[in-house]
Amino acid sequence: MRRTLTRADFPLAETAPDQVQGARGKPLEALTLEAVLQGDVTIEDLRITPQALLAQAEIARDAGRAALAENFERGAELVAVPQELIMETYEMLRPGRVKDAGVLRERAAMLRRDYGAEKLAEFLETAAIHYQRRGLMPG
Amino acid sequence: MSDTIQVNRWRRYSDWDGRPLRLDRFAKEDPANGFAAFKSPADPSPGLTLAAGRIASMDGVLAHDFDMIDAFIAEYHLDPQIAPEAMAMDSGEVARMLVDMHVPRERLVQLAHGMTPAKLVDVVSRLNAMEIAFAYSKMRPRKTPGNQAHVTNAKDDPLQLAADAAVAAGHGFDEVETTMRVARCAWSNALACLVGSSVGEWGTLFQCSSEEAEELRIGMAGFTSYAETVSVYGTERSFTDGDDTPWSKAFLVAAYASRGIKARCTSGGGAELLMGYHEAKSLLYLEARCLCLQRGMGVQGTQNGGIDGAPITASIAGGMREMMAENLLAVWLDLECASGNDARATESEIRVGAKILPYLIAGSDLICSGFGSILKYDNSFNPSLFNGEEMEDFLTLQRDFEADGGLTPIPEAEALSLRIRAVEAISAVLEELDLASPTQAMKTSVIAASGSRETQTFSTGETARISEEIQARGINVIDVIKALAKRGFRPEAGNLLQIVKLRVSGDYLQTSSIIRQGRILSAVNDPNDYGGPGTGYRLTDARKEEINEIRDLIGQSEVLSDQARHRRAESRRITYAPQGEAPKGANPHEVVIGISPAFGLQLYQTTAGLALSDVLSALIRGITSGGGVARILRMHHTADTSFLGLTAAEMSGSGFGIGIQAKGTAVIHQRGRMPHNNLELFSNAPITTLAHYEGMGRNAARWTHGERPEPVVVPTDGQALGARFHAQVALIYAIETGLTDPSRPPEETFVTFADTGAKA
Repeated sequence: MRRTLTRADFPLAETAPDQVQGARGKPLEALTLEAVLQGDVTIEDLRITPQALLAQAEIARDAGRAALAENFERGAELVAVPQELIMETYEMLRPGRVKDAGVLRERAAMLRRDYGAEKLAEFLETAAIHYQRRGLMPG
Repeated sequence: MSDTIQVNRWRRYSDWDGRPLRLDRFAKEDPANGFAAFKSPADPSPGLTLAAGRIASMDGVLAHDFDMIDAFIAEYHLDPQIAPEAMAMDSGEVARMLVDMHVPRERLVQLAHGMTPAKLVDVVSRLNAMEIAFAYSKMRPRKTPGNQAHVTNAKDDPLQLAADAAVAAGHGFDEVETTMRVARCAWSNALACLVGSSVGEWGTLFQCSSEEAEELRIGMAGFTSYAETVSVYGTERSFTDGDDTPWSKAFLVAAYASRGIKARCTSGGGAELLMGYHEAKSLLYLEARCLCLQRGMGVQGTQNGGIDGAPITASIAGGMREMMAENLLAVWLDLECASGNDARATESEIRVGAKILPYLIAGSDLICSGFGSILKYDNSFNPSLFNGEEMEDFLTLQRDFEADGGLTPIPEAEALSLRIRAVEAISAVLEELDLASPTQAMKTSVIAASGSRETQTFSTGETARISEEIQARGINVIDVIKALAKRGFRPEAGNLLQIVKLRVSGDYLQTSSIIRQGRILSAVNDPNDYGGPGTGYRLTDARKEEINEIRDLIGQSEVLSDQARHRRAESRRITYAPQGEAPKGANPHEVVIGISPAFGLQLYQTTAGLALSDVLSALIRGITSGGGVARILRMHHTADTSFLGLTAAEMSGSGFGIGIQAKGTAVIHQRGRMPHNNLELFSNAPITTLAHYEGMGRNAARWTHGERPEPVVVPTDGQALGARFHAQVALIYAIETGLTDPSRPPEETFVTFADTGAKA
């Protein structure tokens, strides 16, 4: 198993460029202007990966930023989630959009099941408790 | 009584009425209506109780009564490991720790993570403005200060946006933010600023402030690299009125991370007051709630310090200090701080300068959020504290205080070439992607224009069409890179690729990240290590030199070459023929004019821009009309006005003489007087006219007739003549003193004027 990263590993693009890869597995060094012009690099290659976000979470935690690390971990879980689903979930979290806490819990369960998004699911479940308590569910 | 003095107004008040300050309106302190900066009776006292490791109450509210904000703070911000210790500490003691250079930043950050909003407020409200600025300087996360620009355009003109973004990047802004006049132009504005900011050195982060979902889509297309529009509020009603909750906003923050886009939240004093849901709480208490919330969300940073609420905050007593305290809370909580100084909070330039100074000398992650790098009327966010009009004022303040405001002066020619390159680049992209074909006339007008009122360019409707097409065709940054490279803009194409590549490693998602010289600087690898004098951020010699190079500096060579431009013209007007050592005069109506060593030899104009031949001619004319006889002696032993005059008087048959320096300072003197106790003095040479010199000559002559003439007064309008002329004056005077020879006696000088053939 790989060791836990620390502040000393920052920035990863300088300390471990070979291990930093885009969404389709291309390492940083392969993301050259030539490769772009030849059509070998697309926007997909320039997307962040869950691995990169988890690596940044480790660095953040070592720097004393646990809350930032948790945000990166939630972000890592969202990488694979399609844009429409993200926007739909965001919409559900806005005030008064869902009628009862069950809908939010179902979304949490779906994210957990389909995307392995454990932390996000917990986050949504906590929201559901407080939304209900504060009367944000008109139904 | 009939002889009572009838005056109904001291007109000084009318003068004051006319000043820009009077356009600002100030609010009475009224906590019940939300007008209180630091403290309101409705603010809770700090408090925290834990039961079985869970928070049972916070700031006087029981857990089951928590509103969404309380609940979120309790859940995600407060660290139960630290809270008991932090909450038990004396607030005065913590306040002293904030300004104690021996207490490390890390220790204070750790304590803040265990403090409730009311506790944080209780601590920082004990600091005066200077202490807040000092603590801010010590607590801000990244060592190297930075700055952010607004680049917007009243016409949403892609050509001008590109040109202005290039100039902003050239000045060294670490971030550029745009928004639109017409929402439909979002994609076009993003494309234009992105291409413009790729001209020159790479590393300017860019955002396009628009509707949440669209902003994320623009980011996913690779056009933007950061976002700061995630607004949060300090009361539940403001939050839900803004159609969000702490959870929805935190979700959005995670979504940005998942797309590799740097994000920060936005909050600021006065927001809840403007939205009508302030709960009668003080501005600072509500902002403390916002900031604890943001830390709990795990966002890396905040844009706070009034922001849109800055004008109303500045209308309240202590408002500017409150905004500083807000920013201090942000950095104490370890958030990157884009420290406001954006919305123009006043019409008074004095208040503008005073507002910025603490940030400039303390440094800040991003001093302005942002600085309006375009003209005021082009700012689609509304005018900033500083704008394109005032860019050089800011650059000068950096130089004055040797303080790094994140900006660098650029030579005029460089600014122009950046604009040309940017307009050519965006035009190439528009053509290559078959979006539009800017004409030569459009390009030319934009490159030269200071603001959009001067341009002949696309209409906003045409731009909206371009924008909608970018979106509809799914054009992304790769298409832009290819278009740039194909049309010969390879450096720009490479720069754009570098920016998008940042999201692959995600390094720049860490707290307070900016790009300098192609490398990431953040609170992780460039942490603020202030621990007293000699530590923390210091200007290097190279950086100092950059900051110092503002426009039109003068030195001796500039003064000499300026004077030399007048040499030939003067040589056609006047000749000075030295006659050797001068005898004492005997004529009882003689007035000797003692000219200085460089007068007409190396220096040819007064600081008022008068030719010395004309000045001398005016003096002589005056002396003659006053019934005197002029004689001219060149002094070699002194360049001082008083001694020029006194020596002239001593050599004069009448005992009266005039001394004059080449810069135009002149004096009437009398034999036997103390050197600095003269009869008349023109000390403000820059505003002294030929008529004044003629009057002086006449008066000197009248003295020889035993009269006491009315002194000639040179009226001043209160100009800062020292600021305008002293650098030049000192250099000119050095030329004069360089020619002095203490042992050389006054020299008889025959002067011939070419136009009249008159001699003296």
